[in-house]
Amino acid sequence: MTQASRQGARPQRRRPRWLDPRGRHLGTWAFVANRLTGLGLVAYLYLHLVLLSTLLRGPEAWDGLVELFRRPVFLAFDLLLVAGLAFHGLNGLRVALVGSGLLVDRHRALLVAAAILVGLVVVVAAVRILA
Amino acid sequence: MSTQRTVLLKVFRFGPDDAAPRYDQFRVPAGPRTTVLDALLAVRRLKDPSLTVRHSCLHGSCGTCGMRVNGREVLACVTRIEELGDPVVVEPLAGAAVAGDLVVDMEHVYRRLEPVGRPLVRASERAGKKDGTADAGPVLEDLERFEDCIECGLCLSACPVAGDPRFLGPAALAAAERVLEEPRGADPRAVLGLVDDAHGAWRCHTAFECSAVCPAGVDPGEAIMRLRGRLLRDRLPRLVGRYHREVRP
Repeated sequence: MTQASRQGARPQRRRPRWLDPRGRHLGTWAFVANRLTGLGLVAYLYLHLVLLSTLLRGPEAWDGLVELFRRPVFLAFDLLLVAGLAFHGLNGLRVALVGSGLLVDRHRALLVAAAILVGLVVVVAAVRILA
Repeated sequence: MSTQRTVLLKVFRFGPDDAAPRYDQFRVPAGPRTTVLDALLAVRRLKDPSLTVRHSCLHGSCGTCGMRVNGREVLACVTRIEELGDPVVVEPLAGAAVAGDLVVDMEHVYRRLEPVGRPLVRASERAGKKDGTADAGPVLEDLERFEDCIECGLCLSACPVAGDPRFLGPAALAAAERVLEEPRGADPRAVLGLVDDAHGAWRCHTAFECSAVCPAGVDPGEAIMRLRGRLLRDRLPRLVGRYHREVRP
């Protein structure tokens, strides 16, 4: 055995560990998904406000934008938004429950239940958006 | 004819004199009972004696051989090579300064454990003299441990948010919960004050990675959630009381 020397110790590269969840367990993936959906929703909020400002340029500009967002690719983005919103909300509820000391031993089951609910919400949203 | 299997190890190498880390590859013999630590010691014995590895007990109770194997935190002495595939990537624990190759400085673990009082020795179980009187010597008091945590640091390496040195981390928070569960003369208010902080119990993001990798069954994740439950039960009556005193007197 070689004794570790504190003087010789070198810090490892500092990179947020949550950015690389490969090989990690379900909880870390849920944490990463929650953070990414959170960042995505914040980005969407600002984008939404910017797009709303089109109203300042008159009804024609707004109608043109609405027409653009009726294209299938944007409808797919709408579904992605619904999925992100549903996951962030339902997983947030799970984290709030577990983080308050409630149903701690059921945290995996709660995550599975949240994932199933997200799936159902996305299916319902897909039917309504694409119909 | 003997056909002993061999396994390819890709080992993280980094010394005080190196400009950057690198990965060295070694092919070593591996049987069905060969552990990662056996394979690393074989590398030292057969290929490269300069490989730096730390170990002690060889049966998973001292916690000194913690490292990342194929990206997961394990104790090398109880992790069989056969279960890992080929090649096997071996790296030091994350979030700690590397003293050499696979050995990290454990100061970041001990620094976090100290403030919560390291509730590792039961006053009632301290060694006494044969005549029944208490042993005044501090030696056994310092050395004997009666709790499950082996201070291996695996939980800190696996935690997705423990890269921040201000975070108390899973082991210390689990130790704090243990103190509150059974204070043994410690001041629970002081411990609650310590963990009731943005970098204490509230910093955990409930990934439960610490519980998944803990080799001693401490389950720090669940302990942190119990700790939060305590903090909420402690805080809510005070908040309600303040509301009635200050907002609706």
